[in-house]
Order: sequence, then C-alpha cells, then structure tokens
Amino acid sequence: MTILKVSGLSKSFGGNDVIRGIDLDVAKGERIAVLGASGSGKSTLLRCLNFMEMPDAGTITLDGKVVGRREAELTLVRQRIGMVFQQFNLFPHMTALGNVMEGLRTVRRMNKADAQARAERELARVGLADKAAHYPAHLSGGQKQRVAIARALAMDPELLLFDEPTSALDPELVGEVLGVIRSLAEEGRTMLLVTHELGFAYHVATRVIFLADGTIHEQGTPDEVLKHPKKERTQAFLARHKEFSL
Amino acid sequence: MAYQWDFTPVFANADLLAQGLVNTLKVTGASLACGLVLGLGFALMRLSRQRLVSWPAGFVIEVFRTTPPLVQLFWFFFALPLIAGIEMTPLLAAVVTFSIQSAAFFAEVFRAGIVSVERGQWDGARAIGMTHGQALRRIVLPQAVKRMIPAFMERAIELMKTTTLVATIAYTDLLFAANEIAQKTFRPLETFTVAALIYFVVITAFSLLARQLERHLAVSGESTVH
Repeated sequence: MTILKVSGLSKSFGGNDVIRGIDLDVAKGERIAVLGASGSGKSTLLRCLNFMEMPDAGTITLDGKVVGRREAELTLVRQRIGMVFQQFNLFPHMTALGNVMEGLRTVRRMNKADAQARAERELARVGLADKAAHYPAHLSGGQKQRVAIARALAMDPELLLFDEPTSALDPELVGEVLGVIRSLAEEGRTMLLVTHELGFAYHVATRVIFLADGTIHEQGTPDEVLKHPKKERTQAFLARHKEFSL
Repeated sequence: MAYQWDFTPVFANADLLAQGLVNTLKVTGASLACGLVLGLGFALMRLSRQRLVSWPAGFVIEVFRTTPPLVQLFWFFFALPLIAGIEMTPLLAAVVTFSIQSAAFFAEVFRAGIVSVERGQWDGARAIGMTHGQALRRIVLPQAVKRMIPAFMERAIELMKTTTLVATIAYTDLLFAANEIAQKTFRPLETFTVAALIYFVVITAFSLLARQLERHLAVSGESTVH
C-alpha cells in the first residue's frame, strides 16, 4: 500500500537545480536508503517531503491526498512525517524529557501528565530513561541523536525521515544510533534514510536509491544497487566508498 | 572658609525624595514593560518579508533613534494637544515617549537575538508540526531573550537616567524633587549628592539582580549549542 507518492518534484536554489523531477512511491513498511555524492540532492529531497523546503514543482500525495501549501495543512503533514536531522536540532533550553514532550504539549495540546508519561516511554525506548532530566549540553552526540529520535517518535509519525543521522557523530557513537534505527526497522516502521553507512543500508534497507544530479540515477534492492550496480556512476560512487574500507 | 556639609535639611525632606523615587521607578518600569512588548512587535514587523509591514516599523525605529529624547517628550506633551487635541498628563506623556523610544532600541535587540538563533532550531520546531508562531514563542524567543539580557540591562540603566528629562514637563521624579528641596533648603550640594547616591544604589541593585538572573539561566541549560 502506497502511503507517500511523489511526482515531478523539483527544487532549485538561486538558479541551481538541486532536484529535477523526481518520482517516488513509498509503500507502508518500506525502508529506503538514499545514497549519493554530496550535492546530489539527497537532503533537499528529504526536506521537500515534509515541506521543510517548499518544492518549486511537483506534487506530494500522502495517503491519497495531495498536500497543499497552507500552514495549517503543512503542520499536520509534518506531524505525520517525522524528521531526524544531522545536527540533532534539540532545543537547548529544555531537558531531554522537555524536548520529547514539547510537540505533545504545544502541538497536540496533550495534558502534562499524559505527555510526560508518553515522553518517558519514548526515552526508555531509545535507552535514555535515566537521562530525562539532562539538558542537551550535558549529553553526548549519540545521546542527543537518540533524544531527537524519541522526539520524532512521540508524534506517532507514519513515516520517518533520517537526514544523515550519524554524520555528525564520533565514530564510536554511531553504533548506538544505528542500533535504535534498526530496532525501529524491526518494528516495521516506514522510513527514508539518507546515509553514508553503506553496510547499514545493505542490512536494513528494503530498497536503495542512488541520486545523481537531482534525479534517481539507479534504484533497486540493496543487493542490486550496492553489490551489482549497473550504472557507471553508481559503480564509481561505491568504489570511492570502498577505497579505504578494511 | 571651608564649606560646612550639612545633610539634616535633606533628610528632613526624605518623604519628598521617596515620592520622587517612586515616580522615577514608575516611569522607568512602565516604559521598559511597554517598550519590550512594543519592541517585540516592531522587531517582528521588521523581520517580515512584506515591505508594507517592515517599512513603517523601520521608519518609526529610525525616527526615535535619531532624535533627541527631550524633543520627543516635548512633542508628546506640548505639540500633540495642539495638533491632534490629545491631552496627556505628564506621567502618560513620559511613559509614551520613553516606551516608543525603548521599543525602537529593543526592536533591534530582539531582531538581532532572533536572527542569532540557529536555523536548525526553526527546523527542529517545524519538524514536529509547530506553526511559525509556536516555534517563535516556544523555541526561538526563549533562546533569543537569554542573549538579550545584557543589552536589556544597559537600556534599563540608560532609561532610568534619561527619565530625569521629565522634570522639564513638571513631573515630580527623583531629580525634580531634589531640585525643589535644594531651592527650599539652600543645600544643593547635599541634596544632589544624596539624589545621585539613590540613583547609584538603585541601579547597582538592579544590575546585580540582572547578573544573578543571567547566571541562573546560564546554569539551567544552554551552555553549548546543538
């Protein structure tokens, strides 16, 4: 069942075409890894899906309904499409618990006790029940990113977007964040993940998309794209990534 | 012959000084409060992409930043009744003048504070479904305001001293009261010294309080970004 349908999506910044007419269907339960060189439009594609960036052209259909451009509609869509950022973007003036409660309280208008109970559950899910009272400044990068994931999960999104969630982390902290994402995958959550962790993409994704010049250059199962790429640019990209691997 | 300092006549009029101090605090406090609210409004107008909204705010800010406070005060107290038939008490005229003047200053401070909050904070707020207004109120402003405290302190101190201009429209503030006592007792040196001391004590107390608040806010949370 398709939950998100993208057609003819385009976006440019100051005359620079970053996304050029992308079509994409996302089925429920799919886990799509989005790969590509820097500047290929991966992040912009993701940011257009929940309208963090306004697409210049094309339509995005969520559950059979085309998404319009009014703020009221966009805020509803953003609650249904959660997003996790490379730089975490936690609110520094709120504790971990406060960060996770914020959407429930301010957006959902949930009462304090319910919001707190829900937020505590989400923090426990990402293994941070004991850090609820900590401010982001006193958390490690990996912990911050897990709080950010809990914050997104608290809104019950039908689709999760991860924009290079481990790229800002020290190597030894990457594992704990990928572990959380994998457990979400095992729950059958639908997600799009921009990543440079090819091994993770191979093991966790159900589909891999390779972007080049703002278009989908190649896509298929992880095995097809990552092990047996057909296109030359995909091969070159993978070769560069493997150059220094063990 | 050495000057004989004698403070007793000043202390005999302590009630007048006290009344003056209360009036000074009234004008300063009301102007700061109104100035903050109005200043935030101006700042948001200035940040608007619509020129019809941003330009009028920019114009008011420029006018009040570039003209002498005394002239502004005269305008509200003497000129407005003549032109528009709007009569104001000295207190009201003073509060209106100093509110708009403070607002012009605060607008720039708010604007700079809002702009200084990282783009990612807006992203984080919008990504959980917040409207622009919610993101501003819950996420961006609390962080911006924290950074504004030093500038706010500066302005409050400056304003308390500027309010001495109200003496020119016959409003009994601290300095006006001091002047009256000086003329009555022929002890201007003593009277004005005491008045200056009162300004010093009040402003210093305020500064200490504000610094305490700043330190308290720094401890509870943000010290590094992300």
